[in-house]
Amino acid sequence: MEGLIGKKLGMTSIFDADGRKVACTVIEAGPCVITQVKTQEKDGYSAIQMAWGAKKEKNAGAALKGHCAKANTEAKKSFIEFRNPSENEAAAKLGDTFDVSIFEEGQFVDIVGTSKGKGFQGVVKRHGFAGVGEATHGQHNRLRAPGSIGACSFPARVFKGIRMAGQTGNRRVKALNVQVLRIVPEQNLLLVKGSVPGHNGSTVIVER
Amino acid sequence: MNPIVKAITSEYLRNDIPDFKAGDRVTVHYKIKEGNKERIQQFQGDVIQRRNSGVEETFTVRKISNGVGVERIFPTNSPFIDKVEVNRRGKVRRARIFYLRKQIGKAARIKERRG
Repeated sequence: MEGLIGKKLGMTSIFDADGRKVACTVIEAGPCVITQVKTQEKDGYSAIQMAWGAKKEKNAGAALKGHCAKANTEAKKSFIEFRNPSENEAAAKLGDTFDVSIFEEGQFVDIVGTSKGKGFQGVVKRHGFAGVGEATHGQHNRLRAPGSIGACSFPARVFKGIRMAGQTGNRRVKALNVQVLRIVPEQNLLLVKGSVPGHNGSTVIVER
Repeated sequence: MNPIVKAITSEYLRNDIPDFKAGDRVTVHYKIKEGNKERIQQFQGDVIQRRNSGVEETFTVRKISNGVGVERIFPTNSPFIDKVEVNRRGKVRRARIFYLRKQIGKAARIKERRG
């Protein structure tokens, strides 16, 4: 598996080759530096570690600076590890960089991000429940209720995994099979079809 | 909007579309693909709104066809638009003249703007 770390810049529309208007997300991805190559002999599994984005000098600890210095680069903000690298990556050495040219237009990629946090939400918003009662006819306070969460004296408990209210969003989400519409290598930009998890400006991982 | 995103979309903007607004009568020459053939269809009517900005902008054209009101929404920057002709400038007081939908016959006319 290969990929890049990047930043979601925002959404817009473009006109594709057929002249149709397509919604797309602009992602600034890479260039990523290889900061560590893990091998079967030394680490017990093979992987490559990539880093992206400069970290402020005052926020970078000595350990981080030292780790990045091995790859001849300044302290980085985000790191990611790709296991079982492809041939292309396996040939990579410490300090090599990858940029958007590893992708092709029209290709399908997976995009990992942190979804927008919605706070503590009820079951209607969180799980799409329909609520229990009606708003009128003497009903009150049941409109957005979850309803029954189990039977009575048997089993006398609530089963695990029953969908209830709770924290919604702000978790790792992977958008699968997102099509790459356009690549702008000069600015390290990827334009992908449709939406991508997370706020504008949030860090995303584009995987092939 | 992020300046980089804006710069990307500016490549798709068209600057050959004339300036028109709600109340104007326009003829839109729209390219239609039928199999391999391409022909141009004309749609004449009154613009009742322009919405959004930049590459997302669209406008709605309304006409009465065989006694039935027909509205069509065109993306302003669509490559399918061959050209837009402005036939008549209308004098209206608002940017979205949806009240036109409820008016029939003589009441649905729009005064011409002069000068």
